[in-house]
Amino acid sequence: MKETHKETVKRLKGIAVSPGVVIGKARLVDRSRVKILYQYLVDERQVSREADRFKEAISAAREQIIAVKNKMPEQLRKHSFILDTHTMILDDSMFCNATIQTILSEKINAEWALKKSVQNIEKLFAQIDDRYIKERIVDVEYVAERVLRNLAGKEQESLSEINERVIIVAHELSPADTSSINIGKVMGFITDVGGRTSHAAIMAQSLKIPAVVGLETVTHHVQEGTLLIVDGYAGEVIIAPDDEQIILFQEKQLQRERYESSIIRLSHLPAETVEGHRVAVRANIELLEEVVAAKDHGAEGIGLYRTEYHYLRSANLPAEEELFEDYKQVAEIISPSPVTIRTLDLGGDRISSEIALTKEANPALGLRAIRFCLKEVGLFKSQLRAILRASAFGRVQLMFPMISGVQELLDSKAILEEVMNDLDREGHEYDRHIRVGVMVEVPSAVAVADLLARHVDFFSIGTNDLVQYALAIDRVNEHVAYMYQPFHPAILRMIRQVVEAGNKAGIDVALCGEMAGDPLCTFILVGLGIEELSLNPLGIPIIKKIIRTLSLEESRKDLEEILDLDTATKVRDMIKAKMRPLLKDLDQQGLITSYNNQEKRALRHG
Amino acid sequence: MELTRKLLINNELGLHARAAAKIVSLAGNYKSTLCLGRGDHEADGSSILSILTLACPKGTEVWVKAVGEDSEALIEALSRLFEQKFGEAR
Repeated sequence: MKETHKETVKRLKGIAVSPGVVIGKARLVDRSRVKILYQYLVDERQVSREADRFKEAISAAREQIIAVKNKMPEQLRKHSFILDTHTMILDDSMFCNATIQTILSEKINAEWALKKSVQNIEKLFAQIDDRYIKERIVDVEYVAERVLRNLAGKEQESLSEINERVIIVAHELSPADTSSINIGKVMGFITDVGGRTSHAAIMAQSLKIPAVVGLETVTHHVQEGTLLIVDGYAGEVIIAPDDEQIILFQEKQLQRERYESSIIRLSHLPAETVEGHRVAVRANIELLEEVVAAKDHGAEGIGLYRTEYHYLRSANLPAEEELFEDYKQVAEIISPSPVTIRTLDLGGDRISSEIALTKEANPALGLRAIRFCLKEVGLFKSQLRAILRASAFGRVQLMFPMISGVQELLDSKAILEEVMNDLDREGHEYDRHIRVGVMVEVPSAVAVADLLARHVDFFSIGTNDLVQYALAIDRVNEHVAYMYQPFHPAILRMIRQVVEAGNKAGIDVALCGEMAGDPLCTFILVGLGIEELSLNPLGIPIIKKIIRTLSLEESRKDLEEILDLDTATKVRDMIKAKMRPLLKDLDQQGLITSYNNQEKRALRHG
Repeated sequence: MELTRKLLINNELGLHARAAAKIVSLAGNYKSTLCLGRGDHEADGSSILSILTLACPKGTEVWVKAVGEDSEALIEALSRLFEQKFGEAR
């Protein structure tokens, strides 16, 4: 994070997760803990009054929780059990009675006594082995926080009560916060923590409001009502800007809007190179709500529908019916273009308590994705049923993640066949000839791509994991993250090998990792012969525009040269040199930054 | 009167919050006090949080102990609740 002082004006740098620029007043959403002071009560009367004050705070909390429950929209009602749990915690003897006992026996204030009870409960929960039950301590803490706020006379804020146009400033936003937002009133949000795939980021994108996350300390620098400029392209926030900066920003914003709408206007055009070679540009999405934005940005289908959301959002596994409805709607909205649905790409450690698994030392190499599904056949079949049934309502393609060899693919296809037979028997309609593909992201799959190609209709190269596994780099590990290099000659050769295997077998080859959305990669990928790029919907207009300026023939020629280079740095330098005129144009408009801050910085310094 | 019995956790999810809540509200209907445990780890039958700390997955055997005039009725009702998998489908 960069921080410069210029009088009282501060600029903070974070992660741009949703584009756009807004200028507006800050609204601090206080999710911080109430400060607790120790107080010894001298007077007996004070002690009994303190106990009463605590009981009142408890009953006020109960009423608040019931009110929240009653206000819950119909479709969320099935999750209301969590609120019942909260009222039960309020009444629990370890929570309520224990605190009253402490107030009376130790003659201390209610806040401190409650803190002691919570600490006791925390101690007990810390000894629990079961991960899911252990995490329930957050419910206890949440309820305690509510009671403490009542004791302090502070209201727990709800974002649905905001009634003027503001920029939300928070340490962190929970799904509960973002889903209760009064959409018309919020101009943008900025948070201390969070990343590109945090729930707040996805919500901001679908609401089309700018958001910057990972600002680390923004809540310390901003006060209620402070004027802010949020730059969702550059991932920058300017706190208390002066007039000059405001004017500058407004001009910049106008310029961007003009330029962006000019590309978006053209985004429905096919992405064809100057020779007329067509590349399909599709969208990676995670939520049903993103399909419309994907279409608006010119997506010719959904190239990767990630299905993890339904498995992560609640403690119980999703029902087949719930999945079917969701997949069916995506298929219908995007039709006649196709949607590629990827089966569950998670490990048991991330899913509900229904499948309790022991902790793994190395989850990236552990029981996850297709391996997990082949073990939990019931869960896998239920998802396959939902996908197949949805295939009756549009062009659905099915993709297995993390396939490492032919046996795994055959095992998966055997289960698919069983599910098809079940559906036949039950008389369900579905597409018997559904196109089935594998995500190529494990290096061993690259090595046997020719063998895999005999059994599938398409490949989709998942470069994020491929780079990680091929270069033995954990991106999240700060000590080696710099070695995460998509331009590594090994990666380019692997992509070429997959494309060649696909071409030989006559199947389609797509690419759906972050490389697909990186303007610097576009011409290598086109030159390599990738037929479909699937990326973040917001990046589609730019990638299409770049493809329209490329010549397939020249890209191929340059590629020969590039594939001969021996380091990632040399590859990057050559690409930058070749693409400079085009990238400069985009960079000046500030358009590259929204997708790839790092590349832009490299471009400026390199 | 004091009564002890061993019961088996049979539902897929084990002794989680929802099941614990059912035990507490059932026990609330009786005059007897209830405690339950797993090995030498004992929990208060009137506290969900205390029951949760037992952390019992499916297949765990727990003991339940009721003390009071209607302990027999309480233990009987409790046995049924366990057998019916706390009203859960699996």
